[in-house]
Amino acid sequence: MALKALMAVSGLIMIGYLLAHMYGNLKVFAGQASFDGYAEHLRTLGEPILPHAGLLWIIRVVLLAAVLGHAYSAFSLWSRAHKARGGSKRYQTSKSKLGVQRSYASFTLRWGGVVILLFVIFHLLHFTWNTIHPGGAADSPYVRVVNGFSVWWVVLAYTLAMVAVGFHLRHGMWSALTTLGANTSAIARHRLNLLAYAVAGVVTIGFLLPPYSILLGLVT
Amino acid sequence: MNITVRVWRQPHADAEGQMVSYEVPDVSEHMSFLEMLDVLNERLTMEGDDPIAFDHDCREGICGSCGVVINGVAHGPQQTTTCQLHMRSFADGAVIDIEPWRAEAFPVIKDLIVDRSAFDRIIQAGGFISAPTGTAPDAHAAPIPKNQADHAFDAATCIGCGACVAACPNGSAMLFTAAKITHLGMLPQGQPERDSRALGMVGQQDEEGFGGCTNIGECTAVCPKGIPLETISRLNRDLLGAMLHGSR
Repeated sequence: MALKALMAVSGLIMIGYLLAHMYGNLKVFAGQASFDGYAEHLRTLGEPILPHAGLLWIIRVVLLAAVLGHAYSAFSLWSRAHKARGGSKRYQTSKSKLGVQRSYASFTLRWGGVVILLFVIFHLLHFTWNTIHPGGAADSPYVRVVNGFSVWWVVLAYTLAMVAVGFHLRHGMWSALTTLGANTSAIARHRLNLLAYAVAGVVTIGFLLPPYSILLGLVT
Repeated sequence: MNITVRVWRQPHADAEGQMVSYEVPDVSEHMSFLEMLDVLNERLTMEGDDPIAFDHDCREGICGSCGVVINGVAHGPQQTTTCQLHMRSFADGAVIDIEPWRAEAFPVIKDLIVDRSAFDRIIQAGGFISAPTGTAPDAHAAPIPKNQADHAFDAATCIGCGACVAACPNGSAMLFTAAKITHLGMLPQGQPERDSRALGMVGQQDEEGFGGCTNIGECTAVCPKGIPLETISRLNRDLLGAMLHGSR
């Protein structure tokens, strides 16, 4: 049960990070100077109390802990649930495989999480560690973004990942808040579901705006 | 109406089971689902076959004994107990799949009967209040706000049938446990043991091998008593509170 709280809290930390990350991405519409300035500012934020890139490293450590906690609790809860339901072949009937009322998002939660993890590795290789550079390498983060998203398959990969994130957040955020005790009435349930839809929608669209603007030549 | 049923037959707990088809002719649409099984069982008995074993008691939808998975849905197409389901809910010529509840913590005893004593042990781990014996207190001695009484009563209607577990993709018993925790936690009599109740019942639930809740809501969609999903959040509140208080 403590695992479920860990799952919920680590998930909410990552949602908070996603919203901040998305905000930063949208700076791409303000031009190269603004975007690169923002990237540099992230490294000087908190100085002189913190060393150079200090806050960034604090965020990275917290995020890494959240990812590890999320993955660990996901795996242990999955294996417990798999055993509890009586294995993968539960009912003989081929009817009602889709359940009574459950959402598509709830079906894709676990495998969607794996897809997102693989994407995050690709994404870090691409923009953070700068080890792969489809579309051409560059020192400027802005140029790297524009180069990367001028390649159609990069945009496709990001689209698939962001849709997976959208579905994951749709059910995950609702579930996290419920696990932490926020679902106290029918009205609260309605509001939490609306909130989950809103956050999932904002994150998916907010992250996909820059790649598509670049691919369509609106940002160069 | 004439129907075909495919029923899970398993002679005993350790035997391999399988789905067996039976034709059931001349079924009245006014029969309850269990009466249809009674008719089939009479025929099987006359023919010298072993009748299909299934749990049932009051047949009024209040005892929680009956319950099978019908066409993949716990208690079948109507949100009620299996005994309160009628054959008019099915089409003439239908093929109906009937299976026992499936969960690690609910092992099959025979055919459609599963062992649900894990629920009893969850209740024993905290689903009670300790009250001094003696003369009954005055009815108005402990005032309870109306909405709290309503929530408590809604949760108290749980009959412990186990449909929530059978429907849960994680084989979780959270709706059952949460119903009892909400029922007692909403009332003044339930306060002294509120922390230990949450820790004890959830601990026992994990020990029995039930899964964790992912808030999908299949449990409440099949619950014959319509126990709302909010009860699970109330359980989570009580549990997190108890963990923070560090009490046992």
